[in-house]
Amino acid sequence: MSKYTKPAVDLVRFVLPLMALAGAAMGFLVGTANGVSLLGAILGVICGVVLAWVLASFVPSTRTGILAATALFAIAGLMIAGPAGIVGGVIVGFVLSWLSYWLFTGSYRAGTPIYATPGQVLWHNTFKFICGAIFFFLIAPILTIIPLSFNAENFFTFTPAMLSFDPEGYSLKHYRDFFTNPDWQQALKNSVQIAPAATLISVSLGTLAAIGLSQPHVPFRRAIMAILISPMIVPLIISAAGMYFFYSRIGLQGTYVGVVLAHAALGIPFVIITVTATLVGFDKSLTRAAANMGADPVTTFFRVQMPLILPGVISGGLFAFITSFDEVVVVLFVGSAGQKTLPWQMFTGLREQISPTILAVATILVVISIMLLTVVELLRRRSERLRGLSPG
Amino acid sequence: MTDATNSPSTGPMLSADGTPLKKSLQIALRRQKLRALALVAPLLLFVLISFIAPIADMLFRSVENEIVSETIPRTVIALEQWDYEDGNAAAPSDDVYAALYVDLSEAEEFKTHTRLGSRLNYETTGMSSLLRKTGRGIGRMDTDEYTKQFEALDPKWEDPAVWVAMMQSPGVAEILPETASAWQSWQRIVANKNDVLAEEQPEDFIYTMLYRDLIAQPASAVAAYSGSGAEMLQTADSAVDGFEAISLREQFLDIDEDWADAQIWGTIKAFSSPYTAGYFLSSVDLQLTPAGVEAQPENQQIYMLLFGRTMFMSMVIMGSCILLGYPIAYLLSNLPLRTSNLLLILVLLPFWTSLLVRTSAWKVLLQQQGVINDILVWLGLVGDGDRLVMINNQFGTIVAMTHILLPFMILPLYSVMKTIPPSYVRAAKSLGATNWTAFWRVYFPQSVPGIGAGSILVFILSIGYYITPELVGGTTGTFISNRIAYHISSSLNWGLAAALGTILLAVVLLLYWVYDRIVGIDNVSLG
Repeated sequence: MSKYTKPAVDLVRFVLPLMALAGAAMGFLVGTANGVSLLGAILGVICGVVLAWVLASFVPSTRTGILAATALFAIAGLMIAGPAGIVGGVIVGFVLSWLSYWLFTGSYRAGTPIYATPGQVLWHNTFKFICGAIFFFLIAPILTIIPLSFNAENFFTFTPAMLSFDPEGYSLKHYRDFFTNPDWQQALKNSVQIAPAATLISVSLGTLAAIGLSQPHVPFRRAIMAILISPMIVPLIISAAGMYFFYSRIGLQGTYVGVVLAHAALGIPFVIITVTATLVGFDKSLTRAAANMGADPVTTFFRVQMPLILPGVISGGLFAFITSFDEVVVVLFVGSAGQKTLPWQMFTGLREQISPTILAVATILVVISIMLLTVVELLRRRSERLRGLSPG
Repeated sequence: MTDATNSPSTGPMLSADGTPLKKSLQIALRRQKLRALALVAPLLLFVLISFIAPIADMLFRSVENEIVSETIPRTVIALEQWDYEDGNAAAPSDDVYAALYVDLSEAEEFKTHTRLGSRLNYETTGMSSLLRKTGRGIGRMDTDEYTKQFEALDPKWEDPAVWVAMMQSPGVAEILPETASAWQSWQRIVANKNDVLAEEQPEDFIYTMLYRDLIAQPASAVAAYSGSGAEMLQTADSAVDGFEAISLREQFLDIDEDWADAQIWGTIKAFSSPYTAGYFLSSVDLQLTPAGVEAQPENQQIYMLLFGRTMFMSMVIMGSCILLGYPIAYLLSNLPLRTSNLLLILVLLPFWTSLLVRTSAWKVLLQQQGVINDILVWLGLVGDGDRLVMINNQFGTIVAMTHILLPFMILPLYSVMKTIPPSYVRAAKSLGATNWTAFWRVYFPQSVPGIGAGSILVFILSIGYYITPELVGGTTGTFISNRIAYHISSSLNWGLAAALGTILLAVVLLLYWVYDRIVGIDNVSLG
């Protein structure tokens, strides 16, 4: 909570004009939406200036001021436009009051040195704003689909009922469809059967190979590495084409085994990279010490080496799993209708625009990826801690 | 110089078991190498079989063209004598038609002529229907005249057993080369029908070849033959000159006039070798014609356009990734670790989210009844009637792919920028540089390796993209990869798909080699 001090900022010549501008912009947006652009802008200017003056002169506590202004605007919104207006009011009130405190208390200079010129402060804040916009671009598309997946209608956009927070506008019917529709269930079953099998192959073979590659004397190390990494470099469409041609020659096209082999090959580079990176920090003298005390190589591996590199192995496995679980190009060609996976079903759904069930599936997948991301991040930290790379 | 090595005190150093130390170290090293290789071997074998072999198969398919010489081998050999000349090119001689007659008689039984037709149809349209039509008409040619005339001469010619005995006798292949060759086809046809050779009367094409052989051979050669059926052959040889001759050329022309067209024969000749550059020529809008390599007709030139578009759009995507990624990476690398780790999650979340989820999100946002258009209409910036078209065109592909590939730009940039010491910029400023000069002359050059790494990574990933252009690209926003997929699953021109894929692979490998030079293969970071 910031303590109110004597204003270091010129209220009349700096804060009020800017607030008038911000109010005008807000008022213009709200006004345009209601068909009265000019009136909205004028009302906005008045609102902005009055709010800033009142807050700066009479409400020293930032938190109280923002809460009060937000509540005020929310009530105004409710009176003008009903329940839907509350959201607009909350947004406008919060932004305007926050902005006036930000300008008035001098927080806008927070990131810059005390000697910075106004131009530098302006650039600093513009830069922060640009970065914010880019982060918005990164995250907003993913977050938008989450509320849309609760749409009660079969639309891919927000319905008026959703915008006015009418409970009628929301439903779980797309989730219900996902869990009852045999097509989706079959796809889910296939995905759940294919991904773990492929992961198992890539992790077991990949860990062995990574251990082999991290030995000091490996002939043709670069060439072997290049071959093992190649599934990650070659564009998926080329891998898919080659696998389609070759697997149909040897009768694996359209079989479960074929898809698992293909996905395992695609996951291998990730296992190799993560496990090799973990092995870089592995202390070789530990295995020698184990051998010295009479442990055979297998015991050494499972009792000494494995626990230490386990975080790397698991995160490599997660990468391999998500590769297979998300993969659609190769399975589209190598698989047949019997191996239809979740991404494949989504792909056909998006092509034919069948139903927003896709959005429900997408939301579930976003939740899964958030969980995986968390696990990988925790593992990475643990691995760094085990290797003594970071103090935490 | 004294021979000091013989004295035990200065001799080679020995290990505990008495072998020279050098040797025993070598053995240990070799064992170590073998153990390392043994650990790598299973995976290497797996990748070789499940991944490298398919790629090699694709490379092979891009030049493989055995279907022509396998389906119509005799025609291919006979056509070697014939040369296509542009303009007033004449159709080949009767020998070629005779060869084609036998080849197609066999192909018709195995239905391979339709596959040959579809193959040649990629090069000259109309070949597929021509071969189908010929396959249907080949059994109804007037060549049964020969059969009747031989039977009239001696009814024993009807007897399959006589034929079998004759064709098995030594020396018959020398005097009746074409008949012997056709007989092999006949044997395969009979075997395919699960019939017995000695019970089936040969078809007309055998009699036709017999006629041609007897006409071609001098009487002395036939007289010298003494194997089974020699008498019959000699009688026939003296009688064939009086036979009514059927022109095979006319027979083929009766089925379809196109068989007189030198263009058709030129195409067959041009694609008769077992390996062809034809697919590669097609992938760069050229074609192999009887007269040599020519440009495709104007309205069929699409591949250079598609390659160009793929390159151009990948460049644009790469450029917008640099523009959007640079500020973010700069911000992240200049914030305290705790804050930057938090913000990094905002970068990693899209990175971890399924590609299809992100593509479907853009589809939802960009479509005409979608969220962005709804907001614009609500704000009154765009009329309800003229909503913006932002999807199923290049714009949609560029926006969606920039969003999808942006993390691949930010992560390498961030890891490079983290290592740039802030004191350099401070030093530049204290020496009097303006903010811009300090950034442009001091900071930016140090971040160039990151830009290079991120750019190549994004570029490599984007030129091979398939799913996103397919879903949001419409017709103007598709890449070369969509064409490859089309040739695999719709037009079934696998050779062309393989050639296009090979070119794309070559470009990617070249870029990857550059990447390896700049960044190093081991520095691939996964965030």
